[in-house]
Amino acid sequence: MTRKKRRLWVMLACGLGLGSATVLTLSAFRDTLVFFVAPSDIATKAPGLGRMFRLGGLVESGSLTRGMENNKPDARFRITDGGATVDVTYVGILPDLFREGQGVVTLGSLERDGTFRAQEVLAKHDETYMPKDVADALKKSGRWNPASGPPPPASTWNMLTPAKEAGG
Amino acid sequence: MVASTAVAPPQSGGRSLHRFANPGRFLRIAARAQPWLTGVALVASVVGLGWGLLFAPADWQQGDAVRIMFVHVPSAWLASFGYMALAVCSVISLIWRHPLADLAAVEIGPVGAGFTGLCLVTGSLWGKPMWGAWWVWDARLTSVLVLFFLYLGHIALVRAFDDPVRGYRAGAILALVGVVNLPIIKFSVDWWNTLHQPATITLMGAPTMAVSMLWPLLICAVGFQFAFFALVTARLRAAVMERRIRGLLMARAAGA
Repeated sequence: MTRKKRRLWVMLACGLGLGSATVLTLSAFRDTLVFFVAPSDIATKAPGLGRMFRLGGLVESGSLTRGMENNKPDARFRITDGGATVDVTYVGILPDLFREGQGVVTLGSLERDGTFRAQEVLAKHDETYMPKDVADALKKSGRWNPASGPPPPASTWNMLTPAKEAGG
Repeated sequence: MVASTAVAPPQSGGRSLHRFANPGRFLRIAARAQPWLTGVALVASVVGLGWGLLFAPADWQQGDAVRIMFVHVPSAWLASFGYMALAVCSVISLIWRHPLADLAAVEIGPVGAGFTGLCLVTGSLWGKPMWGAWWVWDARLTSVLVLFFLYLGHIALVRAFDDPVRGYRAGAILALVGVVNLPIIKFSVDWWNTLHQPATITLMGAPTMAVSMLWPLLICAVGFQFAFFALVTARLRAAVMERRIRGLLMARAAGA
């Protein structure tokens, strides 16, 4: 019995040590473990010119213009996080989920004029899943414009009879 | 029955956990439970996947690609659940030296690794059309890959010693050290900026998924959960019986 108790205490002590070591390590690396930085992070602490990093945020509503450059699709848009905005240029094919109001993560570097030249654009999907008829009903009733940001809180549309509730 | 006495801890009252320690009793209970576990697993998986893949509505922006969710999300849940079960077995094995927990840890490993692999593969297949990348090194994906390697390490370590008991001890310590990864997986999407989206289904607040997609997802999750139990139970029964046969053969060899 005492040996079992001792093993239990040794395990708890090891667990406590390992747990606090992990917490300290993770909090120390908190800023470097991010997959992307937001536009307001760049406003306060801009990475050096030509240094590659990932920039993430929402594609600002009404900012997207598409064109052609040397027979390649070319896009200009602004990425915002509500606080700050960064102009982005990208040459290449945008992912299917790319649209105004969508979260995106882009890999590239800052140019001298402050624009961000992206070499890769990834679309970030949010945690909302809804059928087309629910989305259409929300849009038609004027409660949500996908270009302006995330959908309204789920409790307002996700009822047991979704189509009817969302339309009303 | 030399083997069963060799692996059975002393009987005590019938009220403590040791009630379930007796491999003979385990074999009897498991044999009765097996058809139910397998049956529920098959029925719920077929109903859930059929509903999800054929009848559930497509997502308004992801289209039909959203149906990968019905395999990806349950296997992701089971990847973490399996590791939690592995850790519980490891605690019981290290503190109470429970022979059934040793065997259970050995048998949970490959099943958990299988579900983790399924989660990584389906996630990759989903990531390419939606995000535009097969793989990114964000915190969620990386921590799940670490979980997969922890499973593989455990599988290799418990089988790496000539003396199986040393393998069980080493494997249990590895499994418990790896537990720190579980909260990292769960909260990675909240603590850091990741490409992977945060949780859709939370304890507090309404799920941000239409109910018409949520039902088949939950049925799939029940089916996969029971498939996990059915697989582990079948493997564990085989392991207990294998150990008995080995004990009998050794007893016969010693007697001859």
